[in-house]
Amino acid sequence: MAKRIEVSDLNIYYGNFRAVEGVNVSIEPRSITALIGPSGCGKSTFLRSINRMHEVIPGARVEGKVVMDGVDLYGADADPVDVRRQIGMVFQRPNPFPTMSIYDNVAAGMRLNNKRMKKADLDDLVERSLKGANLWNEVKDRLDRPGSGLSGGQQQRLCIARAIAVEPDVLLMDEPCSALDPISTLAIEDLMTQLKERFTIVIVTHNMQQAARVSESTGFFNLNGVGQPGRLIEFNPTEKIFSNPEQKATEDYISGRFG
Amino acid sequence: MSTQTTPTPSDTSVAAPEPRGRKGRLPGWAPAATFLAAAVVCLLFEAFTDFNLALAVVYTVVLGTIAVYLLSRSVEGPRQAVDRLVTCLVGSAFAIAMVPLVALVWTVVGRGVTRLDGEFFGSSLVGIVGEGGGAYHAIMGTLIITLLTTLISVPIGLLTAIYLVEYGRGRLKRSITFFVDVMTGIPSIVAGLFAFALFALFFGPGIRLGIMGAVALSVLMIPVVVRSAEEVLKLVPNELREASYALGVPKWRTIVKVVIPTSIAGLGTGVTLAIARVVGETAPLLITLGITNGTNLNPFDSRMATLPVYAFYQLTQPGVPPQFAIDRAWTAALLLIILVMGLNVVARLISRFFAPKTGR
Repeated sequence: MAKRIEVSDLNIYYGNFRAVEGVNVSIEPRSITALIGPSGCGKSTFLRSINRMHEVIPGARVEGKVVMDGVDLYGADADPVDVRRQIGMVFQRPNPFPTMSIYDNVAAGMRLNNKRMKKADLDDLVERSLKGANLWNEVKDRLDRPGSGLSGGQQQRLCIARAIAVEPDVLLMDEPCSALDPISTLAIEDLMTQLKERFTIVIVTHNMQQAARVSESTGFFNLNGVGQPGRLIEFNPTEKIFSNPEQKATEDYISGRFG
Repeated sequence: MSTQTTPTPSDTSVAAPEPRGRKGRLPGWAPAATFLAAAVVCLLFEAFTDFNLALAVVYTVVLGTIAVYLLSRSVEGPRQAVDRLVTCLVGSAFAIAMVPLVALVWTVVGRGVTRLDGEFFGSSLVGIVGEGGGAYHAIMGTLIITLLTTLISVPIGLLTAIYLVEYGRGRLKRSITFFVDVMTGIPSIVAGLFAFALFALFFGPGIRLGIMGAVALSVLMIPVVVRSAEEVLKLVPNELREASYALGVPKWRTIVKVVIPTSIAGLGTGVTLAIARVVGETAPLLITLGITNGTNLNPFDSRMATLPVYAFYQLTQPGVPPQFAIDRAWTAALLLIILVMGLNVVARLISRFFAPKTGR
């Protein structure tokens, strides 16, 4: 189920502005890959280009190749909607659908895509997804209540449940814990560790301890100056990045000398 | 040491200056009492000259405001005094704004209620020269025309708004926005003439049809619907659209199943207020529908009566004796006001019941 992603010579643009250039990376299946770097260096932009969410923004485009198990996601015959069905995403701010109950939020991936399912199967899927997101015990008695009534951490886990309910191969997480308290953060980190058995996870984070705690590999993005494109400076196993980085810039960043 | 243990009263006041808010406060009833006193003075003054109630009220407001300001300034200080002055001014402005509304409702209810009876709702004007008769044909006409207008305007307006918010780019979007703004300002008589000229092209001059009125009103209603729907759709957070895209939901389905349900309360309110805006239009219906005394429920066949035009003709061509027709005109006006007010209430209910629940 989990799949490998090969990125080669990826340039990402907003209109004429080149935001990220020359990314070459191979993301391993069944592992957590963390992307770190200062603000504005293109981590999130890169993340969003993996499931073609980048092009939702007017004027945004991508050059290069993103290949998932031999299929070019930007190939002429690739449909962005299909790509997003295989590569789920969790956003920085929890964004449950306000018009839907907790149950409907989790079932949204199925309902919105008009997949016909038996009620029992759907119940089963919702329960499985909520258990997968460690939320079942907290909400099982109020599945018909609106999702926006949950706390921030619960909402974020609801969004994770919603994302894994469509059974993607890859899960992208864009700073999923930045709006959460340490306890909710811990809950989500534990969850990620469980989820990597089934999914390939890519997480953008500003929290270097978090990257060190949860990830197998880490990529460091940086940019030379304002208005310059961001680049992937170093991509290595997390242990190596945090103990013996190859690049001086990486060492400066993780030791807190800049950024 | 001894000087510190026995400070004089003046010393303490220097060490801890009196807070500025500690000046005197007027009791809560003081402004009302001041205005009452001013009213008494002004009424006495008017009683000794030519009595004029309106002038007395104006004098009372001016005198009372000045008195409250001066009183407050001397007791409470300048900042509180300005606060009270502005409070008086805002209150007066509100009262002035309410005067025409109250007077209008008072007059229309007072005069309209005399004919607010079963006959008015149950019969038309066929064979009526003097007393009796009703506006059944006009009420049905207004309902039919408004329904037709809504059927034409809401799909066009909503789809335009969706295009502008979700798909529109560049020059086409800008020009549509511009022309919608221009349409908002079209005088209603022009809309009527447009529909008249349009149908005259196909059916020859002098044609009068219900559908013509609906087309004319649609010209007025579409821009209102577009504008309000556009604003409401823009309020839907982009994060919800992205959340939906990230689940692999196509764009059109995202719009139908996420964007519109999220904004349904605002859309319903906007449409209802747009209906309220056109339901009382007179000029375009005068041109396109004309008037008739009998009941015509078919908008594709000859003239129809509507409430505004009915009121207009009952007032301008009352017949002999005129009083019965003038009474009917007032009742038609009252019905229109009730209709618009009802629509506004419906709009409020829609926005309350369809708003996303927070669950807290």
